[in-house]
Amino acid sequence: MIAARRARALDETKLLVIERAGRFFDTTMDGLPSLLGPEDVLVVNDAATLPASLKGRDARGAPIELRLLGELDGAWRAFVLGDGDWHTPTEFRPNARIAVGDVLSFDGLTARVAQRESDRLVRVRFDGDLYRTLYSVGRPVQYAHLEHELDLWTVQTAYATRPWAVEMPSAGRPLQWKHLLALRARGVKVCALTHAAGLSSSGEAALDAKLPLRERYDIPLETARAVQQARGRVVAVGTSVVRALESAASDDGSVRPGEGSTELVLSPRHRPKVVDGLLSGLHDETASHFSLLGAFVSTALLRDAYAHADRAGYASHELGDVCLIY
Amino acid sequence: MEIPMTKNILITGASRGLGRALALAAADRGMNVALVARREAPLEDVAAAVRARGRKAIALAHDVADKHTVYPLVGRAVAALGPIDVLVNNASTLGPWGEAKPPRPMPILLDTACEDLEAVLQTNVVGPFRLTKAVLGAMVLRGSGAVVNITSDAAVSAYPAWGPYGSSKAALDQLGRIWAEELQGTGVHVWSIDPGEMDTAMHAAAIPNADRSALQRPEDVASRILADVERRLA
Repeated sequence: MIAARRARALDETKLLVIERAGRFFDTTMDGLPSLLGPEDVLVVNDAATLPASLKGRDARGAPIELRLLGELDGAWRAFVLGDGDWHTPTEFRPNARIAVGDVLSFDGLTARVAQRESDRLVRVRFDGDLYRTLYSVGRPVQYAHLEHELDLWTVQTAYATRPWAVEMPSAGRPLQWKHLLALRARGVKVCALTHAAGLSSSGEAALDAKLPLRERYDIPLETARAVQQARGRVVAVGTSVVRALESAASDDGSVRPGEGSTELVLSPRHRPKVVDGLLSGLHDETASHFSLLGAFVSTALLRDAYAHADRAGYASHELGDVCLIY
Repeated sequence: MEIPMTKNILITGASRGLGRALALAAADRGMNVALVARREAPLEDVAAAVRARGRKAIALAHDVADKHTVYPLVGRAVAALGPIDVLVNNASTLGPWGEAKPPRPMPILLDTACEDLEAVLQTNVVGPFRLTKAVLGAMVLRGSGAVVNITSDAAVSAYPAWGPYGSSKAALDQLGRIWAEELQGTGVHVWSIDPGEMDTAMHAAAIPNADRSALQRPEDVASRILADVERRLA
């Protein structure tokens, strides 16, 4: 599949439906409401996307870019890159020269390097009003496959709430309110959890192999109950929702509400406890992506469906087309 | 028993007049307040007064007419307080004549520059529309919320020299009515309130010779508005 150079217009988003029973077919997002019914539950990730890329200077004054990953115990984990911008794929960006104790400078803010986990992965402690600086000089993490820079409003879902995501929970991007209201009118329960969706690529192979890192989530009581008591299918919008629900679920199908964090990696070995299907972007046919979806459908069916998507002109990667596996 | 969560209110034009009065009245009613206005110093004063009442406050110096500012200001508000339960679109401009020091008389439409009409529409209509969009989806997902648009009788009566302001408030009114129709059954309320004439700097800029003693106090209007909000959210 080709990664489209422009974000797919929302009304033109194609939807590839892959049924776990073994067949697949084409439709569009407007067709989604008719696929679900009164006993089904749709769970979205309502995290707003932060402008998580901060340009600044290292301790010697050289330009750096910090891409925030998530907060834990007052320190932020982040990828740090040397000079350059999003037009250059991350794997070709130079490393920054960073040592523990260094103070990095940003507009109105500094960050002390508390830990250096690799050439690109650090933990920092900020001094100053982080959100004020992020929202005045930060930029949303961009995608090298797109030809235009994305504005902050373009990378928000239609229901974005708490600014926890450092990269857009992009499976939810094509979900417009006409779809959500139509789903509710059909009796589908639409509910939310918040998951700090993390970065998808660091440009460092060893680091990328470890993704996703530990990410926090918060499942409201109402959502936990809806999932637990669902008589129909539970469909997650995005892998972040799958990971949060499956991490909070017990073998008996109960779901623990409240805050938590997860390092869960989905694979064909994972037998879903509460999630029956998911809406997802169409990413690279890499081992990790197929492994992730392989928790729900066979790799053979996925390959057939993806080959069809390729022939049918589906756009892969973030802000492209989507698939529904259920 | 679930304990009621503290409600968070975001008020634009919060540094003075009705906006300031709404902020203090909201704090008295137990709400946390996100305050938006263009100038930071008077806004921080109001934020301090909210905190003195035991509530959380964040002062956000942003211009609602600037499209680049909307998601940043909402992001900062939610990061500080949590999801927004009530939005009050109060910030508005009479036009450049009202912002001048001293304010100039408002012109008739034939003497109004097209760019000045556009600027009034940006602040009074498009800005509130963008801000509403930025918080409304979250409210509809939660099944609860309120958006109050502060309007004016200039939206319904044809007052000469009130063309840009009056037409912008008429547009804001109608947007609000259509929002309300589209959101039937979602638990989210959108409505307009005409506060009537109040003793504020904006009123003085528009009608310098008014008898100030005959005007309402913004504090009294603010209390009525918040009582209306609480009733609809109950």
